[in-house]
Parts: sequence; structure tokens; C-alpha cells
Amino acid sequence: MSQDRVFEQSEHRSVQGVETEIEVKDFDLWYDNGGFQALKHINLDIPKSRCTAFIGPSGCGKTTLLRTFNRMCDFTEGVKTEGTLKFEGQQIFEMDANALRVRVGMVFQHPNPFPMSIRDNILYGPARMGKLSKEEGDEICERTLTEAALWDEVKDNLAKSGLALSGGQAQRLCIARALATEPEVLLMDEPTSALDPISTSIVEQLMVELAQEHTVVVVTHNMQQATRVADKTAFFYRGNLIESGPTVEVFSNPKEQRTQEYLSGRFS
Amino acid sequence: MAKTKEEYKDKKMMPKGQLESVGLGLTGACVAVVAIVVVALIFMVAQQGLTTFFADGIGFGSFITGQNWIPSDGRFGALPLIVGSFSVTLLSTLFTLPIALGSAIFVVEIQPGFGRKIFQPLVELLVGIPSVVYGLIGLTVVNAAMRSIFGAAAGTGAGILSGAIVLAVMILPTVTTLSIDALAAVPNAYREGSYALGCTRWQTVWHVVLKSAMPSLMTAVIMGMTRAFGETLAVQMVIGGVEKSMPAGLLDPAATLTTALTSGLSNATTGSVEYHALWSLGLILLAMSLFFILIIHLIGSKGAAKHD
Repeated sequence: MSQDRVFEQSEHRSVQGVETEIEVKDFDLWYDNGGFQALKHINLDIPKSRCTAFIGPSGCGKTTLLRTFNRMCDFTEGVKTEGTLKFEGQQIFEMDANALRVRVGMVFQHPNPFPMSIRDNILYGPARMGKLSKEEGDEICERTLTEAALWDEVKDNLAKSGLALSGGQAQRLCIARALATEPEVLLMDEPTSALDPISTSIVEQLMVELAQEHTVVVVTHNMQQATRVADKTAFFYRGNLIESGPTVEVFSNPKEQRTQEYLSGRFS
Repeated sequence: MAKTKEEYKDKKMMPKGQLESVGLGLTGACVAVVAIVVVALIFMVAQQGLTTFFADGIGFGSFITGQNWIPSDGRFGALPLIVGSFSVTLLSTLFTLPIALGSAIFVVEIQPGFGRKIFQPLVELLVGIPSVVYGLIGLTVVNAAMRSIFGAAAGTGAGILSGAIVLAVMILPTVTTLSIDALAAVPNAYREGSYALGCTRWQTVWHVVLKSAMPSLMTAVIMGMTRAFGETLAVQMVIGGVEKSMPAGLLDPAATLTTALTSGLSNATTGSVEYHALWSLGLILLAMSLFFILIIHLIGSKGAAKHD
């Protein structure tokens, strides 16, 4: 499973003139009721049906921004925001959070399958939105597990507990679970940092494939991963968006000093 | 014991091998003491309790199914007591469970700050109240309430229902505290996963939190039942203490295995059939609590296997 193969497949697609899925404008975010500003005046367009990577050192705000896109930040106490955050033209903070999360799915750093069967894991989201017939359930399982490249490994054993899967399989189950509500956007928070290299490579390939029909936003510590999967890259540092643009440009010809230093490994 | 400086200098310290065997010996002795006590206890209760059936000529079947407990008549049917014990235990669990679970959900999922700092210490205060106080309150409040609600049907107010209500309050802290611990132990990643799929708080609590906490919640319930089953004094004060025949309803005065054992002890002379019969009641109690503990272990190992 060579990483070159993934890279070749990814062939960075243009992000110019592409419709904007999520629009971030003059966006500020504070923790601790204003005690700490984690995001400062962010301006960023997330292109539709493309893969966008957020890179930057720990504590730079990349995960914080990601978690505003599906309002997971609501669960952190003392968060305050200012500015504009729009999903398909609608103000994210004025939308119904649950309805938003159905359309903006999320995959976490550590695979978190529920302690139930693979099938129940997949159907967890859809079943909460309405009654499912057995056929509909079967159809959703096959579609999402195929999309998440897990179908062949588990198709004979959908009753098996999600907790019995290996780390890489569990993460793909979580991706399938997120796809089951048919989201337009898939947010991925360092989805491969807890995985082995082979599983990482499979998940990276998935990101590229999923970005054909979904808007994928991935937070990563791994700069090579960004070059492999992302069409657009945004570099964050201490709550500021330092630079964003087509991945090739950001990596081969960074405009900002900070970006250059980070990419050349002078700080992390 | 004190050694002189020279002796210490001489030896510096015990050879390591010797130190190891002393450690092994000491800790091993502790284990042995516990093991001996447990085995001796079970042996003694079993030996005395079984005498009824083997030496005194009372059939085990008729002991368990007999409907009259009148020792002065030589009639030893423990069924009314067994029924009494089980009905107060099951009823009190039924009363306690929704309240314990509801408050645990509130405390863990809705107001963790209030729960951990104020509610839980408050509930734990209930554990420290002596049984006799519960009995006293039950006698004046619960029995009186029974009389005013059910009128003549309640008689003095003493009965199975009163016993169950008092027990429900007594096991409430155990079940609540263990339920809180059970819910709090559910990994946050499960909640986040559920919220991220667009589920509401109640959907998350119902479908993920309660589901994954189920083995621990079962343990909480059984711990409560164990306590209810073994409680004596408070029950004795409110249940009426009628042992001789089967209770016909929840408002009827009755007796439990524990209350019959305590009240019978003052009349029984050592070595008499009645005396042995009381030991048999003790044996049933012991067997039941071993059974409860076995269930807890089964649930525990099943839960552990699930989380591997």
C-alpha cells in the first residue's frame, strides 16, 4: 500500500471558482467567557465537494474552528463567538443544531463506535430520524460500508460488536456511520492520528474519494497528509489564519514567513 | 524487638530472599484468615440450618412450601416469610429504581456541578441514618398515611406496602449513587458520537448512555435488592410481624425471613426444633445473598467481555 498511489489518485483539483460550502467571515471565538481568544478574525471559504485541510501546531485553533462548523462547540461551557459563519448561505449559529449536525457529519480523532453491533452503529443516526424498514436498513448498511471501504471485511458479520473491530476498521465504521445520515459535509478531526500506517493510508484514500461528492474538512498534524489528500490548505498559528489557498501553492510557494518556517519544520 | 546499632551494622538489612518470604507469609496469613472466616461462617450456618431437615425430620419441601409458620404448634412453613421477603424487596426496588435513575440522569447529564457538589453528598447522608430511625419514621408517617389513604382496609397501617416504602427510602442512596457512578463511567466519546449524528440529549441518554451503562445499572439494582432483602429492624417496625399465615394482599400485616428470625430468637431454646428452624431461615437468607452476588459477578464479567 504505497503512499505514492494515494498521492497520484488525489491529483489536486482546482478550488478557484468553486461554490463555497462554508463561509467564515471576520470570525472570533473566545473560551472561558471571553478569557481566552482561540480564533482571531478568521476569513476562509471552504469549497464545495473539495477536501480542505487545516494544518498548524497544537493549540493553533484548527480543531476549534472545525468544531464550530457542526456546533460541537456548544457543549463547551463559556464559548463566545462573533462574526459570520455560514453553511450554504445560512447562519450556522441561527440554525437548529441537531438538524445542522445531520447535514454536517463528524469523525473524531479516536474511533468511537458505540457498544452495539456494526449494523446498529450504522443505523444509529437514521433510526433517530424516523422508522426504518429492514430493507432500508440493509440498503443503508451496504451503501455506507461500501463507501467507507469496510463492506468486504464485515458484510458477513454485521451483528458483531463495533467494539470488536481493529482501530482502522473502527474508524472506517465511524466514517460509515457519519455517512448514514447523508451529510453534505464531513468534518474529520485528526482522523488518522490513532491509526497504524496501513489504516492511515486507507483512510486517506477514502478522504480523496469522499471529497468527490462531499465537502471534506480535515484537521491534521501531518503535513504530508495534507499534501496527499487536500485540494485546499489553511495554515493556522495561535488563533490566526496565516495563509490559505490551493494546497500546491501553499506548500510549494508559501507567501508568509510563518508558513515557510512551519513547513520547513523550524517550529511545530 | 528493638535492635542495637551494632546489630543493624552487623546485618545492614535482612537478606532479600528472607524479606520476600516474610512478606509472602504476612499477606498470605491475612488471606487465610479471611478465607477461614468465610468458610467457617457458611459451614456453621449450613450445619445448623440443615439439622432441621436431617435430624428433626422436617422435610425441606414442606419447609419451603408450608403456608403456616407457628413454631409453638410445631408448624414450620416458611412460605409466608419467603413471600414477605421477596415482595418487600421487589416492591421497594420498583419504587426506588425510577427515582434513582431519574436523578442519576439529571445529575450526570444535565447538572453535573450541582450533582457532584450538592446532590450526591446529600443522598449519601441517607446511608448514615440508622435503621431504627427509618423504622420510627415509618411507624409514625408511613403507617399513618396508609390508614388515612386506605382506611379500614389498612388496619393499623402495618403491612407489606409500608415495609416496601420504608425500604425504598433506605435503598435509594445505594441505588442512586451506584447509578450515578454507572452513568458517569460512560465514555464521553459515545455522547459526542451521538450528538455529532444530530441526536438530541434525550436520544443520546436513552440510546447510548443508558444502553452502555446497563451492566453497571443492573449491579446497582441488585446491590439495592441485597440490602432490602437483608434489612431487618426497620422492616420489623412497620410490617406488622404476622408470621403465622400467608398475607392476602399488600395491605396485610406480614413478616419477612429476617423479622421472623429476630422475633423467634427470644422464644427458642438452644437445640430445639424451633431453634434449628431459625437457622434454616438464616441459611435461606445466606443462599439468597450468595445468589445476588453471583448475579453481580455474572453481569460484571459479561460487561467486561463486552468492553474488551
